[in-house]
Amino acid sequence: MSIVKRNSKLPAVAGALAALTTLPAHADWSLLNMPKGVSELSRGNYDMHMIMLWICFAIAVVTFGAMIFAMIRFRKSRGAVADTKLLHNARLEAAWTLVPTVILIAMAIPSVEKLIKIEDMSGSELTVKITGYQWYWQYEYLGKQVSFYSRLARTSDLARQRGSGIDPNTVENYLLEVDKPLVVPTGTKIRLLLTANDVIHAWWVPDFGMKRDAIPGFMNEMWISVDADKPGTYRGKCAELCGADHGFMPIVVVAKPKPEFEAWLAQQQVTE
Amino acid sequence: MAHGNEAAGHGNHDGPPKGLVRWLTTTNHKDIGTMYLVFSLAMFLIGGLMALAIRAELFQPGLQFVNPSFFNQLTTVHALVMVFGAVMPATVGLANWMIPLQIGAADMALPRMNLFSFWLLFFAFMLLISTFFVPGGAPAAGWTLYPPLVLQTGTAFPMAIFAIHMMGASSIMGAINVIVTIVNMRAPGMTLLKMPLFSWSWLITAYLLIAVMPVFAGGVTMLLTDYYFQTSFFNAAGGGDPVLFQHVFWFFGHPEVYIMILPAFGIISEIIPTFSRKPIFGYEAMVYAIASIAFLSFIVWAHHMFTVGMPLAGQLFFTLSTMLIAVPTGVKVFNWTTTMWRGSLSFEPPMLFALAFLFLFTIGGFSGLMLAIAPADFQYHDTYFVVAHFHYVLVPGAVFGIMAAVYYWLPKWTGHMYDMTLAKWHFWLTAIFVNVLFFPQHFLGLAGMQRRIPDYPTQFTDWNMVSSIGGFGFGLSQLLFVWVIIRCVKGGQRATAGVWDWPHGLEWTVPSPAPYHTFEKAPELH
Amino acid sequence: MEAPRRKSNRGLVARLVLMTAGSFAFGFALVPLYDVFCEVTGIGTRAELSRAATADASAPDVNRTVVVEFTASVPDNGSWEFAPVVASMEVHPGRLYEAHYTAHNLADRETTGQAVPSITPLRAARYFRKTECFCFTPQKFARDEQRELLVRFTVDRDLPPGIDRLTLSYAFYDVAHVAGGAG
Repeated sequence: MSIVKRNSKLPAVAGALAALTTLPAHADWSLLNMPKGVSELSRGNYDMHMIMLWICFAIAVVTFGAMIFAMIRFRKSRGAVADTKLLHNARLEAAWTLVPTVILIAMAIPSVEKLIKIEDMSGSELTVKITGYQWYWQYEYLGKQVSFYSRLARTSDLARQRGSGIDPNTVENYLLEVDKPLVVPTGTKIRLLLTANDVIHAWWVPDFGMKRDAIPGFMNEMWISVDADKPGTYRGKCAELCGADHGFMPIVVVAKPKPEFEAWLAQQQVTE
Repeated sequence: MAHGNEAAGHGNHDGPPKGLVRWLTTTNHKDIGTMYLVFSLAMFLIGGLMALAIRAELFQPGLQFVNPSFFNQLTTVHALVMVFGAVMPATVGLANWMIPLQIGAADMALPRMNLFSFWLLFFAFMLLISTFFVPGGAPAAGWTLYPPLVLQTGTAFPMAIFAIHMMGASSIMGAINVIVTIVNMRAPGMTLLKMPLFSWSWLITAYLLIAVMPVFAGGVTMLLTDYYFQTSFFNAAGGGDPVLFQHVFWFFGHPEVYIMILPAFGIISEIIPTFSRKPIFGYEAMVYAIASIAFLSFIVWAHHMFTVGMPLAGQLFFTLSTMLIAVPTGVKVFNWTTTMWRGSLSFEPPMLFALAFLFLFTIGGFSGLMLAIAPADFQYHDTYFVVAHFHYVLVPGAVFGIMAAVYYWLPKWTGHMYDMTLAKWHFWLTAIFVNVLFFPQHFLGLAGMQRRIPDYPTQFTDWNMVSSIGGFGFGLSQLLFVWVIIRCVKGGQRATAGVWDWPHGLEWTVPSPAPYHTFEKAPELH
Repeated sequence: MEAPRRKSNRGLVARLVLMTAGSFAFGFALVPLYDVFCEVTGIGTRAELSRAATADASAPDVNRTVVVEFTASVPDNGSWEFAPVVASMEVHPGRLYEAHYTAHNLADRETTGQAVPSITPLRAARYFRKTECFCFTPQKFARDEQRELLVRFTVDRDLPPGIDRLTLSYAFYDVAHVAGGAG
């Protein structure tokens, strides 16, 4: 252990300086905050996140402001004398019990409407069943006779081995690439049925705003919908600890416009 | 055993037997408190080494030092060691030392059980740590021990469960001891609502422990029977449900969080008045706030499980009940702030840690509020945002509380003042590095890095590097803590009975160091 | 001095024994108590899935159509083939329907399968009633045996209006090694 500590100390400091100096260079805000994503749900969850963040920020300004003021104003070194009579103030105490209660309940209200939307599965046009395995995914388009497995891409798999000698920075989409991605149509409400074969996994693509556990023996569900004008490739990973290679079971979703998706599906049905 | 020594100890009622025998046979609350504190410091360093191994591996993408399965063992045992080996025993140690001194009792009510619970804990951890050396390695399913994954553990499985049973029994005994002591042995005139807040916080913590440790023990016992006796509590094939374990676990796990933080609340409530030179603001509100936090902690558990799929009403209930915990917590923060208001503040090391606690624990509270909102939690869940959150409440929360307590009472324990300059250095290094370590993890989580992974996509490199540097800085700073303590034990300027400018409470009426036996005759309260 | 102490000790022991017995009894009382609790709160609908329901005698609601999808998974490493015969059905709430699954034991030994049902969405589970199902009992299979398994069900007319699609899925387990079979 101590060897590890000593060895990585120097490069650590160098790395820190390097990291700090390069940060403004790629001042990429996407690495600081939650992605807005490409679906109604992800934007809703992002809004919830930002509302909470700003409310917390405002409360922080007030409370931290009071603390800092007290720390500066009431220092003994500045000759402050303690007012030992300040022991109770029923009105003040009632106020800071009731006001936060109201704020907190108000904070929870916008989440009701979002939750109702998240749980509303009606109007879906496609059902995909997702099964988690140690350590890959299986996708099955229900009623379409299309089903396949999706595993970590070979390039990442080689580079991630200990002592592989391959610099992960040279691998495109390191740990975020699979051999065969899930393909979905854009502008369509898609139901995802989630289950697992062995242990609990969780399916998560940040750009879709949702994650849900895949539990062996039971079927969970969630829905996603990619904006019609946002076809593209979206990446995520398993989010529930599922064993040694938990970090190595990525999810890649290719969203295609509907006609292209139909063509892809038809071709898959032929090759199956 | 060394009968001569014991006899000698008997003859002279003031002094303990000498040498090892003292520590094996003592029933003195101060000795046992010291043992708990030293044990927890050792565990803090061991758990810290595991954390450093984790941060070293995460310094860069790719696998440099450990295999993925060993990485999972490290995260799992790091958590178990820190929760059950470092934070909880440290607070038990403080309770042992300080509760009798604060309430004017001669000792804990059940001294032999006290010693038994310490040694149970000690062997529980020897057993747990030894799992690293058995075939298949240590448990690697996370400290949450979710089945079915935990059922894939090798030889370590029964050892870990037995260790958990032993530490649970130890905690329950410790808790019973605290309750019996506080209920029966307060000095005449010390009514419950005159009791110092540290003792109050521990009284409530003790009830939490007795309520939830058996639940945890039951949960892991069900795992054990699923593993060895083909029961199907958590196995869908036999009609069970893996999610049931999560409910059982978090019914224990959420109060457990408060078991760790409530004593810290108590400590902060002792320190801020001392260094503001005025009594705590809203004493009764503080007591009721702790009690309401304890009560609410039982009805929020499923907020750890929003992603398992639960009915809408359930999600709303757990969102709201969780947000409500912020109300009593807010009351505490506001009362601490008001205690400083129109005070006469000075910034000795205990106060510095208490103030850092105030700021940084509040940040952890804010991220907790955000996590309580179910729709946002669908994004946060199981990411580094959660890791940042609970480390903010546990490190600058519980751990800073404990460090503040050590700096506050160390002169009382050793009879010497410690080196204030070094202690302040320790504080500033710790406070700065803890933020370098954990603050970037908020960004990592929001940007999409999930927790419990040994390797990550390359866009997360920068913040992981920063976090790792913070980790090593934080870890090395703790050596300074150990050094300050050792020097203080060995010698230093004599401490007065009151130690601080504005001592309040019975513990400051006995000389420093506190004699081996105190309050053999109950003190007079004015 | 001696007598009162002995008396008080005896009282304490009696109380402690009573408390232990009480806790033990409470443990057993929890079984019926939980049943009542679940019935009142509607929690635990997953468990209800494994029990037979009586058919709804009222007339079907022909104006409403709900899609029921069927799916199957074969967790573990049991050597089974197990799949629904049809992928989905359009049903009217209140009417009785039949669906089939086929199961094939690929192991070269006699074995027992147990299907564990699951309904999504979760809140629809209490409105999906099975009057007959192969999931109620363990299914014995001879070597290489293949056969069709039957489930008869109705969807309750009270199914909340927001639900237009249900999925009935079965996880099919080899339970030859699980004590007590299924619950």
